[in-house]
Amino acid sequence: MNNAARTPNIQLDANGRLRHFLSIEGLNRELLTEILDTAESFAGVSERTVKKVPLLRGKIITNLFFETSTRTRTTFELAAKRLSADVLNLNISASSTSKGETLLDTLRNLEAMHCDMFVVRHGDSGAAHFIARHAAPHVSVVNAGDGRHAHPTQAMLDMFTIRRHKGDFSRLKVAIVGDIQHSRVARSQIMALNTLGAAEVRIIGPRTLIPPHAESLGARVCHDLEEGIGDADVVIMLRLQKERMHGALLPSEHEYFQLYGLTDKRLEAARPDAIVMHPGPINRGVEMDSQVADGPRSVILQQVSHGIAVRMAVMAMAMQTQGGGA
Amino acid sequence: MKNISILNGRLIDPANGVDAVLDLHIADGRILALGAAPAGFTAGLRIDARERIVCPGLVDLSARLREPGLEHKATIASETLAAARGGITTLCCPPDTDPIIDTPAVAEMIRRKATQSGHCRVLPVGALTQGLGGEQLSEMAALKKAGCAALGNALNPIGNTLIQRRALEYAATFGITVLLHPEDPQLRNGGCAHEGAVASRLGLPGIPEAAETVAVARDLALAEQTGCRIHFRGLSCGAAARIIRRARHDRLPVSADVAAHQLHLTEADINNFDSNCHLIPPLRTRGDREALRNAVADGAISAICSDHQPHEPDAKEAPFPSTAPGISALETLLPLTLRLVEEDVLGLPQAIARLTCGPADILDLPLGRLGAGASADICIFDPNQTWRLTTEDMLSRGHNTPFLGREFKGAVTHTLLEGRVVFEK
Repeated sequence: MNNAARTPNIQLDANGRLRHFLSIEGLNRELLTEILDTAESFAGVSERTVKKVPLLRGKIITNLFFETSTRTRTTFELAAKRLSADVLNLNISASSTSKGETLLDTLRNLEAMHCDMFVVRHGDSGAAHFIARHAAPHVSVVNAGDGRHAHPTQAMLDMFTIRRHKGDFSRLKVAIVGDIQHSRVARSQIMALNTLGAAEVRIIGPRTLIPPHAESLGARVCHDLEEGIGDADVVIMLRLQKERMHGALLPSEHEYFQLYGLTDKRLEAARPDAIVMHPGPINRGVEMDSQVADGPRSVILQQVSHGIAVRMAVMAMAMQTQGGGA
Repeated sequence: MKNISILNGRLIDPANGVDAVLDLHIADGRILALGAAPAGFTAGLRIDARERIVCPGLVDLSARLREPGLEHKATIASETLAAARGGITTLCCPPDTDPIIDTPAVAEMIRRKATQSGHCRVLPVGALTQGLGGEQLSEMAALKKAGCAALGNALNPIGNTLIQRRALEYAATFGITVLLHPEDPQLRNGGCAHEGAVASRLGLPGIPEAAETVAVARDLALAEQTGCRIHFRGLSCGAAARIIRRARHDRLPVSADVAAHQLHLTEADINNFDSNCHLIPPLRTRGDREALRNAVADGAISAICSDHQPHEPDAKEAPFPSTAPGISALETLLPLTLRLVEEDVLGLPQAIARLTCGPADILDLPLGRLGAGASADICIFDPNQTWRLTTEDMLSRGHNTPFLGREFKGAVTHTLLEGRVVFEK
């Protein structure tokens, strides 16, 4: 086993403070709460006329996206700019990596340009850990989604949204519906909810979309939507990728919606004050009805704006621990 | 060639039921006698094996040498030397070289280079299908004639069951043993780790147990149909071992082996994406590891092999799913097997059997035994010596092993191949 892999937690510095943000796993409740509190303090910045704080002035943050993304990349970019950092956006398609430059070479080149932080999205599970393990000591890494593994800033913006609406986590029953198996968002949400002490996390979907040994992730598995969202305080709907129809995981969008699509009628099973969330972008008529998506219980657009505050918090915290900086 | 006497060692030869302190005498590359030296015998070299164990040289059913074509990973010279250091005197190299071993010329070239290096006997495994493509049969009779000890399709399982049937049928014509990597490629579906709790936590594409059991079940049915002698290379799950135990009980001509590291590591060792634990077949659960150990103990699995796969450092420097699978394992085969004795899984003679006559019998080789007249392939080791595995110390060019820095007990002091000392500590 190489030493890096055995290190208990490369996300933290010697004082237990956030150095990289790669995964919810390994972070304790205090740290997650600190992220939420810090995000809360940044949330006001967006409402000012001058939407900037000078916290990361002179720092260079590189968005290193090996997978295409508009929404996530944009909110990371906005977050960095509101912290007054300089932002470099690199979209590295598979074709340019197939020229022969390894991921490590790409990294070394960027480090030579004195970047202070990499925000990484990559199609391989474990890519963010790999980059963090090989990054120079003065560089922080934030995971913007790696394979099916983790999408921790998405999970934290969801936690932020839940906390704003529900306050305390300890009495909450949270239902996550859809393609858990292929979802990095769901994995990070389950871990965050458990770390923050939610009363119950349920995952709902057909067996083809539920990971094996799901209980070991800390979630109760349901195959029936109404049972799963029954009495829930929070209902999180996941995006269903169209390609799932081809892998024989599902027969059709039609049957999926019949069984797992959220409608106003079905939502009656949840608590009357339940909120409905979705990481976006929504497939209307597949995961949920438009009435639900645009309805009074939907907090989907709030999630998007909370994303900026949460990403500002994570970037600011990780950069604070950089000994001396660059 | 010098006559050699190995004196005062504890001689363990499981094939002949020998476990006693006995001298051993070698002349003309062959074992001349055990016990007292024959009248008139004089030794040009006397090896004192007091406090040591003298056993047949190890027979390894799967070790990749990477030559020809992948010399940036390793060479025949480097890896056969590492094998000698590990007490291995015979190894089978799979056909996935470049070019692939699907013509007699490649097989002959490998054998020639190995003979020139002179550290270890190398038996090529020929490709079962041309280019390992799973479509056209290879020229099996010619490959056998060129010295291939068996045929197989390396890590490229044949998905088309009809072609698999034809390949086994044709091989059976010539009495060729076929080595099979039991994997249903559709069920593997691009997976890179056991479909279990660890893969679920890390979001790694999983390989279900059924990818192995379905392949084992299919190929057992085909073996029964065709009468082909088949051997399953590298089991990873307990359920597969149970199916094979039953088939052997029913007297089907089938055998199986397991890589030594599968008897020690589990999916949990992947920890946070340790690419040195990226293996095919994957590391599975503790329950699987226990079941594999039981199968080795009761003989359902009759051989332990290294499944040596040396890589250059870059091959492991990438996100987990994009790294090359495999462990550099020649130098840990014996100590990992001895650890099973320490852990009361196997008796010492039984452990040695799984490394010597067990694998030799699978390929009908007259090796892995110490009777008079046998080739003087011998491993002498100190069972109590402890040592630590370090990159500086490894002779293999591949340093990709999760056991780096770990302590081992049991160190080879001498390896003899056909009566020549090819390694001495």
